[in-house]
Amino acid sequence: MCDFSKNIMELTWLIPVLPILAFGLILLTGRRGPGEGAYIGIAGIAASFLLSLAVTVITVASALGGHEFHPFTHSVVWATLGNIDVRMGFAVDQLTVMMLMVVTTVTLLVQVYSIGYMHGDPRYPRYYAYLSLFSAAMLSLVISDNLLLFYMSWELVGLASYLLIGFWFEKPSAMRAAKKAFIVTRLGDVGLFLGLIVLFWYTGTVNMQEMFAAVPSLMGTTLKIASVALPVLPLAGILLFAGAVGKSAQFPLHVWLPDAMEGPTPVSALIHAATMVAAGVYLVGRMYPVFAYEPHSITLTVVTVIGVTTAIMAATIATVQHDIKRVLAYSTISQLGYMMFGLGVGGYTAGLLHLMTHAFFKANLFLGSGSVIHGTGTQDMRQMGGLSKKMPTTYWTFLIATAALMGLPFTSGFFSKDEILLEAFHTSLPIFWLGLGAAFLTAFYMTRLVALTFWGEARDPSIHAHESPRVMTIPLIVLAVLSLVSGYIAWPSNNIFHHLVHFGDGAAVPFSWTVMLLATSAAFLGLGLGLALYLRPVISPSIFREKLPWAYNLLQNKFYFDEFYWAVLVVPLFWITKVLARFDARIVDGLVNGVGYATLGLSIAYSWFDRVVVDGIVNLVGGATRISGRVLRYGQTGVLQNYALVAFTGVLVLAWFYLFR
Amino acid sequence: MIPLEWYLALAAVLFCTGIFGVLTRRNAIGILMGIELMLNAANINLVAFARYMHPTILTGHIFAIFVITIAAAEAAVGLAIIISIYRNIELINVDKINVMKW
Repeated sequence: MCDFSKNIMELTWLIPVLPILAFGLILLTGRRGPGEGAYIGIAGIAASFLLSLAVTVITVASALGGHEFHPFTHSVVWATLGNIDVRMGFAVDQLTVMMLMVVTTVTLLVQVYSIGYMHGDPRYPRYYAYLSLFSAAMLSLVISDNLLLFYMSWELVGLASYLLIGFWFEKPSAMRAAKKAFIVTRLGDVGLFLGLIVLFWYTGTVNMQEMFAAVPSLMGTTLKIASVALPVLPLAGILLFAGAVGKSAQFPLHVWLPDAMEGPTPVSALIHAATMVAAGVYLVGRMYPVFAYEPHSITLTVVTVIGVTTAIMAATIATVQHDIKRVLAYSTISQLGYMMFGLGVGGYTAGLLHLMTHAFFKANLFLGSGSVIHGTGTQDMRQMGGLSKKMPTTYWTFLIATAALMGLPFTSGFFSKDEILLEAFHTSLPIFWLGLGAAFLTAFYMTRLVALTFWGEARDPSIHAHESPRVMTIPLIVLAVLSLVSGYIAWPSNNIFHHLVHFGDGAAVPFSWTVMLLATSAAFLGLGLGLALYLRPVISPSIFREKLPWAYNLLQNKFYFDEFYWAVLVVPLFWITKVLARFDARIVDGLVNGVGYATLGLSIAYSWFDRVVVDGIVNLVGGATRISGRVLRYGQTGVLQNYALVAFTGVLVLAWFYLFR
Repeated sequence: MIPLEWYLALAAVLFCTGIFGVLTRRNAIGILMGIELMLNAANINLVAFARYMHPTILTGHIFAIFVITIAAAEAAVGLAIIISIYRNIELINVDKINVMKW
């Protein structure tokens, strides 16, 4: 690495710092800032994007250069705990630069798009401030070289997500969704933090590379909790994965993501489709040595099962939803499950490739749906239809992203999805078939979405759709191009991506025509079914609802997860809080009041004692003095004769005493 | 010869008259007169005891003369003070003389 490259790499820390500066600047300038703050935010993320690009070029060149590649790291001592130095810093390797590119690209495009989408919003500068805060947190999460900074950034992106979901907090549903997202992800975050503590406890470091180096020595180490011996590595791995489950909306903590669609649509695209929810996948990828300490570890099995459950469950729910953003939200959950089980079956490269391609095409889909919502003013697909003529740019870019999501040949999703299925095929056939089923469902619900939204005739004559301004369509076009081409870096015969991002010895599983053909036919089958139901209704679309009403209701109500959590967790929680409140009001307050009353009673007694006894004695002394003074005053007449009389009387008394005693 | 007790009784009556005057009179001159009576009662006692106890020793007589002398001096000083007060406030009632300085 030449000096110039090294200097550039040294500047990596600036990548998250630039957006946070933009955040501060927007807060300071508000509406007076250039573009009401939008240009500041865009400038910040654009600078980060350029720097990331430079870092990426240097890293990729050095990784492909043939020499042995070492991650570029730089850190400073942040705190000293006993004799352990906790260092904060950044590490740049191939995985980092991949995420950097994904995050900065999507963020930049979303920020540009938001100029149009958020136009005229009363809290426009604040929106850009939040977006910049999010970018800063997300980028520092990506470049962090230690779990502690990772965790802090992780919480910060959660905060930004909360703020942005609840951006239109006047709407009670948005407010509730924000709270729900924050609380549900927090459940997972507790796991992540505990995992961090377990790893720190056993390795004595928060630095990821040092942790990985210590992993082999932890094989067989157990942690005894109340006579139950838990092996440390699976424990830590599953705890970390709990964080990923929360953040990446995996079963059973997926319930927050569909509700998070209450936020502005560009936010859904950026945070709840492309970047933040992928942070969970990134966490698993980043900490992969802890998960894959042996080829088919328990941890990876858990990841696989959770991932594939999520993928199937969310895909089935997506087939019956009517809200365009909810369909996409469930699709996102499903695709995140895809990435998870890709990682779980050992497809490190495949899972992370899907993260990247998914970020592009799902951001594209969300921004496209945002454009549709912007043009029609509704999110309900039943009111749309026939938009392909009125919104051509949106339509074509949406179509390309849909094809990529379905995994139609030669789109980006085709490469990444096939790779995941290929890995599953070589590891576990049941998983492979389930993944294939999810692919089929994906193709079906996306066809349904496109058909209901863009094809056919306009169903609601009161809606006058119009194409969105260019500031919104250009990001769509860029993302559509990326959705098409970003998969080609993983062309099976010359897989550059695999060469860059791999785990262990990095032997790729051999390409299989069977898998490719099966995956492609699943996608076309889903497409065909969708067309048959919705384009030329060969079969009535409502057949499912009519023949299997219970199954339809089950899906329409999202497997009753919300109701289940409400009944099993929230209601008992309220009950417990009520009991505790009563306990508080009765017993704790009672005790406090009792102490108060006892004190009051005692003080009344004391004050009585004071007034009556102490004051009494004092007054008695005083009064006695006064009374005696009042009496004796009469002796002090100032008339000498009186004194003389007394003296004479005294003499008489003395005389009597001496004489007659 | 008149017994000693008669003299003592006379002296006691005289003394009581004197002290009554001293204690009851408001007039400064009356008080002075009372004091003279008391002194003279004492003189009677002195002379009577001298005559009846030790007729040859003249101590009692001499003492009586001393008392008379002192009484004269006292009367002179007392009357001078009374005149001085009278000139100032034209009163000689002792209960009205309740300040030391004008």
